[in-house]
Order: sequence, then C-alpha cells, then structure tokens
Amino acid sequence: MPRRNSEADVVIVGMGAAGGVAALPLARAGLRVVGLEAGTWLDRRDFVPDEIRNNVRDWPFIVKKTQQERPTVRNNASQTASQVGGHPMMNAVGGTSIHYWAQSWRLNPWDFRVVSETVRRYGGSRIPAGSTVEDWPLDYDELEPFYDLVEREVGISGKAGNIRGELDRRGNPFEGPRAREYPMPPLRWTAFLEGMADSARSLGWNPFPGPAAINTEIYEGRPGCVYHGHCNKGGCHVDAKSATYVTTIPKALETGNLTVIPRAHVTTIEVDGDGRVTGANYVIGNDEYFQPAKVVLLAGYTYENVRMLLLSSSRAYPDGLSNNHGQVGRHYMSHHQGAGVSALFPFDLSSWYGLPAQGVAVDEWADDNFDHSNLPFIGGGNLWVYSDRRPIGAANMSTYGRGPNWGSAWKSFIRENADRSVSSYIQKTTLPYETNVLDLDPTAKDSLGLPVIRITASYRENELRIAAYLQDKMEQWYREAGAVEVSRGGLGNTMGVTTHAYGGTRMGDDMETNVVDRWGFSHEAGNLGVLGASVMGTSGARNPTLTAQALSWRTAQHLVDAWGEIAG
Amino acid sequence: MADDKSEKKISKISRRELLRSAGLAGAAAFLPAGVHGLAEGEGEILPDEISTATAKQASRSALPQNLTAEETEILDAMVARLIPDDEHGPGAREAGAVGYIDRELGGALSSSREAYRAGLLALDRYSEYSREARFVALTEKDQDSVLFDLQTGGATGAGAGFLGSSAAFFNMVRGHTWEATFGDPIYGGNKDFVGWDLIRYPGPRSAVSPDDQRRLEQGELEPLRRSAYD
Repeated sequence: MPRRNSEADVVIVGMGAAGGVAALPLARAGLRVVGLEAGTWLDRRDFVPDEIRNNVRDWPFIVKKTQQERPTVRNNASQTASQVGGHPMMNAVGGTSIHYWAQSWRLNPWDFRVVSETVRRYGGSRIPAGSTVEDWPLDYDELEPFYDLVEREVGISGKAGNIRGELDRRGNPFEGPRAREYPMPPLRWTAFLEGMADSARSLGWNPFPGPAAINTEIYEGRPGCVYHGHCNKGGCHVDAKSATYVTTIPKALETGNLTVIPRAHVTTIEVDGDGRVTGANYVIGNDEYFQPAKVVLLAGYTYENVRMLLLSSSRAYPDGLSNNHGQVGRHYMSHHQGAGVSALFPFDLSSWYGLPAQGVAVDEWADDNFDHSNLPFIGGGNLWVYSDRRPIGAANMSTYGRGPNWGSAWKSFIRENADRSVSSYIQKTTLPYETNVLDLDPTAKDSLGLPVIRITASYRENELRIAAYLQDKMEQWYREAGAVEVSRGGLGNTMGVTTHAYGGTRMGDDMETNVVDRWGFSHEAGNLGVLGASVMGTSGARNPTLTAQALSWRTAQHLVDAWGEIAG
Repeated sequence: MADDKSEKKISKISRRELLRSAGLAGAAAFLPAGVHGLAEGEGEILPDEISTATAKQASRSALPQNLTAEETEILDAMVARLIPDDEHGPGAREAGAVGYIDRELGGALSSSREAYRAGLLALDRYSEYSREARFVALTEKDQDSVLFDLQTGGATGAGAGFLGSSAAFFNMVRGHTWEATFGDPIYGGNKDFVGWDLIRYPGPRSAVSPDDQRRLEQGELEPLRRSAYD
C-alpha cells in the first residue's frame, strides 16, 4: 500500500511554468497547496556558460527519465512511430522555464476568434478542410487582466504598442489593447539589430523589440540581464531570467501554504466511484505515495498532461480520465517553427553576447494583420531576428554553398564569416486537424514501464503556404539589410516533439469537442483542472508560455472564487 | 559508469577540484561580485551523471585511455586534415582534438566508442583498397580525397566495414572535432585558444556592458583567453 500523505486542498502535478504560476494565487488565498515535481531544486550555481555542457550535451534537461518519456512520432496513422531526437521537457522546480528562451508574448486578439473572424472577413469556405479549429470560449479582453498580472508577478520586459487603444509604434501596433506598459523596458539592441530595424522601416514595416521573461533592471531583488551569451538552453547564472523557481514559486512558499515535494514522479490520478478525482499517486525511488486532495490541477508538459489522463483509467473513465467523449489527445498542434531563413552579411554582426530573446520583431505578416482575400491560406507568422551565437555553433555554420565545410578552404571561410551569419525565427499559425492526434504508444515505455505518448501529426497545406509566404518576406527583409547570401529551410512535414506543443486537452464550452471548460476544469470530472498549453485551441504566431501562464492564473483564481462549488 | 580506478581518484581529489570539473564551483566563480550570495559548495548537487563526467575529467593523462595506439594514429591524421595547421593558424591536432575524443569516449561519448573503432579501421582499409597505402602514409592531397569519399558516402559500399554509412562516421568525427576545437578548454581541447582565435570569438565573459558591446562592434574588445571555469 502506498503511504498516504495528509490531505491537501489542491495538489498541482508539475511545478513548472504553468503550475509554478497557479500555486501563487491559490496559496495567497489561504488554500493548502502541495506541488508534486518530478525533478529537484536547481539554482544559479548549476548554470555555466559552457557550450559543450548546455548546447551540445543538453545538460541539465537531458536526463534519463525525460529521455525515456520522449513521445514517439509519425506522420500519419499508416506508419509506425518511433522516438527520434531529444526531449526539451525539463524536470526541475521551475521546469522548462529554467532553460527556455523566455520570449513572453501575448496572443493577438485574432488568435482567440479565428473561426468567427475568418467567416466574417472571407467566408466560411476559407477554414481549411479537415481542421477542427474553434473560437476560444474567451476573448483577448477577458484574458488581458491575467496577462497583466503575470507580466508583473513573473517579471516581463518589453515595449507596449497599444495601451488602452493608444498606439505606440515603438512597440507592436498589432497587439491587443493592454492596461499599461510592461514593468521593465525591453532588452537592448545591438548595432546589427538596429540596422535590421532600419531596414524594416524602409520597407514600410513596424519593427519592435520582443517581450521577454528576462529582467532588464533590478526587479523584485533580482538583477538585470548581463548579456553573457549562454541563455539559450542554459539556466541563468544571475537569476535575471524570470523562471518560476525564482519568481512565483518562492512567493507562494513565503505564504506558508505551499509545500513542494521534489523527485515525486506522478503515475496516475485517483478517481472515486462518483467520477471525482481524489488525489495523485506518485513514487519517489521505490517508495509509493498517495497525495489526497480536494482538487487536482494537472500542470505537466502538453504530452504529459495527455499521458496522465490516458493512464488514469477507472471504472468511471474506462478510456482514460475525462475521456468519455473521446477528446483527450485531439486538436493537437505543434507550432510551425521550421522553414527558417538564414543570411550571410558582408560585415561582423557582433552577436557573441546575445540571447534569443534579444531581437527585432515584425508583425505585419502575422495572424490576420494583412489582407488574405487573394491568398491561399489564413493566418501568418511573426518575423524574429535575434542575436545568439556561441563558438561551436558558429563554427558549424552553413557555408552558403561557398565551399566545403572542412579543410584549409573552410578555415579561410570561417575566419572571415563566423560572426556574419544570422538565423531568423518565424513562428507561424498552426491549426488543429481531425487526424493530428496524441495517444499512447503501443510499444514504447518509460522507466516505470508505462507507455509514452505517440504523436501522429503533420503540417497541412495551410501551414506550408504560410511558410513559403513568410520566407519570401524574410528574404526581402534580409536583402534590404544588405545580406549577400540567403538560405531557406524546408517547408516542413512531420510535427516532431517540440517546446511549443498545444492541444490534447482543449478548452471550450462544448463537451463533445473539448476536454476542459472555459475555466480550465474538466467537463467530466469537475474537481480536475488542467494547466498549460494543452488547453489552447490555437497556436498564434508566437511563443506559448505567457498565455499558458495567464490561463493558469485565471484557472487558479476561478478555483478560489468558486471553491465551494468545485471542491464540493 | 565510472570504473574502479576513477572512483579511487575521485576520493583522493579535493571537493574543490570535483566541483570545478563538474562545473559547479565554476559557475559560482563565474558570478559577478555582489551577486554571489552563497558560499561555494553549498546547496544540492543533483544530477547523477555529473560524478561520472567528473571521474573522467579527473583522470586525464597523456596516454590514450579508450583508443588503441593504431586508432589514435589514424584519428590524429584525420583531424589534422579536417582543420589543418596552415597560414590561418593551428588546427584541430594542435587544439588537442584527439585527446578530447579519446577521453570523452570513456564518458559522455561512450556510446560512440564502437563507431570509432569500426570507422577508423574502415577508413584505413578503404585507404588501402582505393589508394594502396595506409591513411597515415598518404599525401595530404590523397588524404583529403579519401575523406571526401567518406563525407559523400562514396566509401560506404567498398566493404571497408563502416557501421552504417561512411558519411555518418565522417560527420560524427567532424562534430566531435569541432566540439574539441571550439569548446571550452576545460575539456582538454581548444589548447592555447586556437579555436576561439580562429573564429575571432572574444572569450567567455561574466557580463557584457553596453560599452563592451560597443567596443565589440568597433573591433576594439580585447579577447579574454580564459575558460568559463577560470
């Protein structure tokens, strides 16, 4: 028999970017919260500017447990899925927010109303065939107060482009109206990024700095970014990155109402005869535990949220928890981050001490910010040129067809060009489709012998057309800035394992097509909530974390407000 | 896994050395003054794999540990062609790439040990078949043409014994040679900072101020020749 802990009001499964945020409003409201985290506490002394360790060997997030939990991947249901590549999920208090790029965007208003806006502007025939996209059950304005809260409690730097309808072209004029300015100014630009911004302006576009969960000045006792160049896949050695283990989790611990249990590997959610959840089973080493709670919040990675539900079958839920309508694992999307464009310039870019969140964005070609009447797709992408370079990566740069990638000729090339190439990051609208799904793999198992997630998904025509269109725009921008070579990546095909994984427990009013309701609680098990990008029904053209965090805060606040009704 | 010998070495080296090679004290030392609040060695050291890496770091020696003398000789000739010593400065041999690969094959790269054994011998066999001499005995020009055959996969089907394609072997060695040459010198490569000098990397810094960045942009930032762990 597992050891039984004393009952909590709320147990949160996963103390990462989403769970680490939700804990704060709950603990402040006086609820007794237990956070179960599969990893341990790390701190700034664990992070070194060592490219071999961080980027080549992917420490610290490549550990045996997460690697054995890598989803399998296949394009379509006729193939056999296999585990390929690494897994960016990190087990630690703070989770993947420790090593992420920390780009902290709000979604644009269009992303919440893709169906109704497309129908209104272009007609219903423009929704791609086979897509299961729906409007969100809430709009941007309803989420705005939670974006605002999280930007302050986590600590986000950036430049507002729309404060209560007043546009400011130093920020993004396409963003939804916000209550106020960011709590900190944006990360600085290098001379090269200034040059890219000038080139965007001469094309008639509006360049602006992107928002980041990275301090740019002392904020709540943590220092500003020191620009040492090892932010990408590294934790911050000065705590300037606003990962939840240095922001909302310590604040929640200060209330005395949060207990974090590290190394707790959750195996299943327990369900009673009435179909209500009663707590979480977990193991630490060989010891089994049960953490009873009045409410359970699942806050793992998208793949792990779905897996936990599918693994937690019971008499009330024979096909997996909250899956009596067959919706768990559906409406899956991985952000179309591929189809990149890189460029070679005839001068040094001085990018050695940058970070991926330090860059210049253009939103003219994102979402529905441009007229699609005569274009064969809906949606678009955000263009992002950033400053991020380390020596091994630089020495492995493309030679742009100018010669071999080794030997004396290469040495001559690299001596001149190691600091002259730049990649862009073009995040594009990805839609959910009927046959893009997550389920349990029939053969691959994790370290406990439990099946891992199987991804069956590919990009469709809408995504590939956006990708080609955005590559043209990106090339135009690079050429304007003086690039002498431009190289394009392939348009993409299979959706592999990614940091931007959406859906699987989609949020919506209709229980026939969604797992959780408008507040993030299960349509079937009313005291089970789900946090993270797995509840998001559209991807937008930007990084998901801030939206996942704003939704988490909102779900937690709703739990506080409706405690009697939800906890029973 | 650490073998018995290295376990013994671990017990003899100081905690400072252990932390240093694991990168933990290195991170602490790296903190700018004023931010460093905790004493060195405090806090949890968690991931298990660190002790293995440490053991290997601690047991450095001049003799090959994981490659045979013959394998070492072939690998040495190969890396010297991948990044040659020439008018643009020293190359991968001078950077210590062979020592790096040899050591790491007993640690972080241990899963590649068999591919090295098979690949290096296959390279030599392919060289004898196609150029009628051992790889190390060929002229630089012929060595380059053999390596070109490997890179394009052209040497795969010759019965030389590559595990998989010759291109996969070539790319593996190239990748590790680049790690060795351009990585932090704490790992034993990038000797005398030859890799960082080649690409004009100005070295690891704890912080880069707006003035530092301006100096970098004006070509006036003095390179720091140091390890991040110094």
